[in-house]
Amino acid sequence: MEQKLIVSSSPHLGSGATTQKIMLDVIIALIPAAIASCILFGIQALILILTCVISCVLAEYLSRKVMKRDNTIFDLSAVVTGLLLAFNLPATINPLIAVFGSVVAIVVVKQMFGGIGQNFVNPALTARIVLMSSFPAKMSNWVVPFWYRSGNPDAITTASPLGLLKQGASDQLPSHLDMLLGARAGCLGETCAIALILGGIYLVARKVISPVIPLCYLGTVAVISLIAGRDVIFELLSGGLLLGAIFMATDYTTSPINRNGRIVYAIGCGILTMLIRMFGSLPEGVSFSIILMNILVPHIERITRPRPFGVKKEKAKKEAAHE
Amino acid sequence: MEFAFPEKPFKTHGGAHVPHYKNTAQMESKIMPPPAQVIIPMQQHAGAPCKPLVQVGDEVLVGQKIADSDAVVSAPIHASVSGKVHAVNQVMLSGGQYVDALVIDSDGEMKVSPEVHPPKVDTREEFLRAVRESGLVGLGGAGFPTHVKLNVSPDKNIDTLIINAAECEPYITADHREALENTKAVFSGINTVRKMLGIERAIIAVEDNKPDVIEALRKMENDGQASPDKNVCVLALSASYPQGAEKVLIKSCTGREVPMGKLPADVGCIVMNITSVAFLADYLRTGMPLVKKRVTIDGSAVKSPQNVIVPIGTPIAEIIRFCGGYAVPPKKILMGGPMMGIALTDDSLPVIKQNNGILCFGEEEARLHEPTACIRCGRCVSGCPMNLVPTKLEKYAEAKRVEELQEYCVMDCMECGTCAYRCPAHRPLVQAIRLGKALVRNAGGKK
Repeated sequence: MEQKLIVSSSPHLGSGATTQKIMLDVIIALIPAAIASCILFGIQALILILTCVISCVLAEYLSRKVMKRDNTIFDLSAVVTGLLLAFNLPATINPLIAVFGSVVAIVVVKQMFGGIGQNFVNPALTARIVLMSSFPAKMSNWVVPFWYRSGNPDAITTASPLGLLKQGASDQLPSHLDMLLGARAGCLGETCAIALILGGIYLVARKVISPVIPLCYLGTVAVISLIAGRDVIFELLSGGLLLGAIFMATDYTTSPINRNGRIVYAIGCGILTMLIRMFGSLPEGVSFSIILMNILVPHIERITRPRPFGVKKEKAKKEAAHE
Repeated sequence: MEFAFPEKPFKTHGGAHVPHYKNTAQMESKIMPPPAQVIIPMQQHAGAPCKPLVQVGDEVLVGQKIADSDAVVSAPIHASVSGKVHAVNQVMLSGGQYVDALVIDSDGEMKVSPEVHPPKVDTREEFLRAVRESGLVGLGGAGFPTHVKLNVSPDKNIDTLIINAAECEPYITADHREALENTKAVFSGINTVRKMLGIERAIIAVEDNKPDVIEALRKMENDGQASPDKNVCVLALSASYPQGAEKVLIKSCTGREVPMGKLPADVGCIVMNITSVAFLADYLRTGMPLVKKRVTIDGSAVKSPQNVIVPIGTPIAEIIRFCGGYAVPPKKILMGGPMMGIALTDDSLPVIKQNNGILCFGEEEARLHEPTACIRCGRCVSGCPMNLVPTKLEKYAEAKRVEELQEYCVMDCMECGTCAYRCPAHRPLVQAIRLGKALVRNAGGKK
């Protein structure tokens, strides 16, 4: 033969899926919530979203450059982190604080641990927690939806529904319909339930995520609030639960890779969320629950390891006990 | 007789919906005239290589036994053309190992050897001896000598003969054409094997992307002459790769799981490829051993893709020439399908017994993707038909951690490639797992 042939290991065929295409699907799924946040909270929301996305991508580019690693901004994961971080901020926050959050998420949590696929906690959520402990007042300064229409130059602040509940002011809670549409106080991307559910359906239909984590997480919250005699629909629609269950707990890197592990992990998220809501001093616990469960993922994966083909159940158990 | 046929296939784990690309399924197979020279390697099967029975300068005839071995796991080799032994050369097989090969100059006349006559098979022993003499090995690709596989001890209580016509590899249609062009022999072979080994039922498993095959086989199934006792059933399986993998196929057909490290016989099954069983019927009728093979020639670099029946030992380059030559310069040539086939270094290699396809890829299909970081999406885990954790195996193989590799059952992987096919980061998972298996083997299996 006059020319050399390529010799490589089988398989010689690929499904065509790439990290970039997956991240693009996640971005598409987040767009309805992004639009909803701009409608609900005005130009401030748009500014924050753009600030977070741009600063995350820049932080990724620069940190990779400094660490002498290849450029990974085109896998679009930094864009997703930026969007999710913005979704976790209140509309009133100073964009500089958002930039600080981006640097924490991308540089400290993601790149310092080796980049995409290596971080052990969710970058956007960890950044939110860092900001909450650094700027506690600013991070819980909620505004009334559509405040920009009132003509008043200063935003009208209010408490979030879960905050109201914690204070015992349950007579001031928004209606279920308002909660569904997002007309309530809260972080940018977490309020509009309809938009988040739409995004979730898109991700499941595109097979980007399996519905196991969102369903088990939400299901656990529903069951516990039912037993505790709380308003199930209110619990499901309030706080950052839908955003967390659909977009944050399903983060590939920080959730188990096997189905049974995902079930255990999601139920754990649900239990922790309800424990914090019912007994914690904070009104909301989605971020902390997911981060805590993120840390447990390697252990969950070990105890829920799939049973290989041709291995009997008892034998597998005996082996595990032996180890 | 107490047995039943499954109404629908049993559920299996994982798999992938690979594209089918069965471009040659509707084309009648063409018979290739003998090439000027054939190269017959002394190893065309799993097991011990054969020793030549002829010397350089000897005249040989079609069907004449030219190599054999005393080893149990081996199969004799026969001359595929008539002519003169030109040389004994070393050739590199697709796996990279060197073996001796008889090079035979063909006289173009295809004179048949007087050795060729239908064997007498009245008993199980005579049958197994005949199977050995036919040179048959598993034609689906594994190349395991058939007489060894069929020689199971009676205490295994084999109740099911599964005929593998799944042909789940993309492009390859050799079994598809065999089922259509040689349907009668398929049933005749099944009935002989069942009778000789006392197997109650036979299931012919076909993927449902081959409706014409299912229809042709079902017609024969209801034909009283071809299937007198009605104990043969055609089962349509979902077209999901790797449906034709032995353990997956047994699960789909019977619901039984072959225990790790065990054989199909341990769950009462024998699996035979459809072309193998049809060949067996032809051999018992004519006495002509395995000297020719149908191979699917396809891929964008081939001018006219088709199924060609070639004498064993025909160099690939000659077959491509018969198919109109290369349309574009090939970038990658595969022996086998795109999921499990082996990439060759050049096209001078001969076709051997268990080959069923040669694929020649142009620039686009041959392009390699640069691997990116694993994002832990879990597609390899949910796709693995053996329920393993490929991404962990990859990491442990890279770190050379033999203990963890064993704990995560690396040896149970059949290298079907589903994980790497699905991986969005293009991780070389199968390659890493092969490395991991080698590490475990070198460690001598000790913990």
